[in-house]
Amino acid sequence: MRAVLTVIGKDKVGIVAGVSQSLAVLNINIVDITQTIMQDYFTMMMILEMNGQSNFDYIRQELDKTGQQLGIKISIQNEEIFNAMHKLG
Amino acid sequence: METNQIFETIRMIEEDNLDIRTITMGISLLDCIDADVDKACEKIYQKITRCAKDLVSVGDQIATEYGIPIINKRISVTPIAAVASAAKATSEECIKYAQVLDQAAKTVGVNFIGGYSALVEKGFQGSDLALIESIPEALATTDFVCSSVNIGSTKAGINMDAVKNMGTVIKETAEKSDLGCAKLVVFANAVEDNPFMAGAFHGFGEADTIINVGISGPGVMKRALEKVKGETFDVVAETVKKTAFKITRMGQLVGQEASKRLDIPFGIVDLSLAPTPAVGDSVAQILEEMGLGSVGTHGTIAALALLNDAVKKGGVMACNHVGGLSGAFIPVSEDAGMIEAVENGFLNLEKLEAMTAICSVGLDMIAIAGDTPAESISAMIADEAAIGVVNHKTTAVRIIPAKNKKVGDHVEFGGLLGSAPVMETNEASSADFIQRGGRIPAPLHSFKN
Repeated sequence: MRAVLTVIGKDKVGIVAGVSQSLAVLNINIVDITQTIMQDYFTMMMILEMNGQSNFDYIRQELDKTGQQLGIKISIQNEEIFNAMHKLG
Repeated sequence: METNQIFETIRMIEEDNLDIRTITMGISLLDCIDADVDKACEKIYQKITRCAKDLVSVGDQIATEYGIPIINKRISVTPIAAVASAAKATSEECIKYAQVLDQAAKTVGVNFIGGYSALVEKGFQGSDLALIESIPEALATTDFVCSSVNIGSTKAGINMDAVKNMGTVIKETAEKSDLGCAKLVVFANAVEDNPFMAGAFHGFGEADTIINVGISGPGVMKRALEKVKGETFDVVAETVKKTAFKITRMGQLVGQEASKRLDIPFGIVDLSLAPTPAVGDSVAQILEEMGLGSVGTHGTIAALALLNDAVKKGGVMACNHVGGLSGAFIPVSEDAGMIEAVENGFLNLEKLEAMTAICSVGLDMIAIAGDTPAESISAMIADEAAIGVVNHKTTAVRIIPAKNKKVGDHVEFGGLLGSAPVMETNEASSADFIQRGGRIPAPLHSFKN
């Protein structure tokens, strides 16, 4: 299953490192990253491959912790929801 | 995938309160019928707890994985009056069925269980009358059971004896419990695949078990319309359609996923804008966004007609099967904008009746003075039923006589049920009209104009 992870928060040193580190610990592979600064706000999006990782609750809790430490908002969702909403077929 | 589409979806969920209102599992109880009430109850308990044991956990799983809140998990069952008929159940015995439904709901952890129902549009059979008589007690002694009675249809006309009964039943229900009336709906042209409480039941034409989904999303709709301020109605309709499409796709995805994980066939998506008392999640505010000073003022019906129709047009393409009540729900107590309009005197019962001619359901979650005569309540039911029967649509009445309260007072229900100002009703008597009983014949539709 693929998931989309988004990060929004005030820009500062170590956000990419912190998030990638958490994902590595959770054994989640990053397939794609895009990142930009929108009016002072650091905005990052990752496409993740969740092979063999099925405990979504746990993953979400861990990422929440990371988010709190870094002072950013991390959300993670199954990729299908975006496809369902915006693509036909 | 486009970055802005991803952010759009996330914004809809986090800021605009986009959610899936309900996953409802329909369960047929026809195979639980038994001439012995206790045996039937045992079978009912076994079947519901077996079929729905994973419903809540699967719902929660989907909600975390997709990041979309699923507010309610519910069950609807075969109208109990039919099940009770085999045992020739008396009204005291009918309560046992209500209690077993309540127990089963508690065991599996759902929010509501609907189907303490009777379909009597043309006449009473078996235990219909006993069940109707038992409703006040059944709703007072259970927590999660919802009840509905269908008293009319376009094919059969309106069963005025049932209408008369229901006026009294509603009064008694209000006497016995504060929340009872919020769990009781009187329908005309009830649909069999409705996932919304309190009117949900599992129809005779349905499969043994089925998953139905009800969507929500008024906040998202309002936000979308904010972006087209001042534009023509062509643009408004188009915007509603496109937004409804997106919301409904989410419902379709959640329904499909739930159906797959529970290994139960997927029934329908109910394309409904259903409000909550939360700020920014109001159908009334969508109408106001179209340019009305307050919902209830002149133009409200036109705005609602556009909204209702465009929601369906957008949603139909987004999912395989559409059903239920599909449209815009306008319960008073559950919608912050509607409550405000009543309090400010811009919205009255007459306008609400007119609105129900073109939207889903009808006089929904309306508080009236506790001393309103039963006949007046029956007459309101008759009026709503007539709108539904003549216009080939579902209408309903969920009205709450508030004990010891007068017009202008306030009633608190709490949670999703919200709060409601007590509304003014017409004081002239309808008693002789309701005392007649009998049946209002079905309307003629071949010379439609």
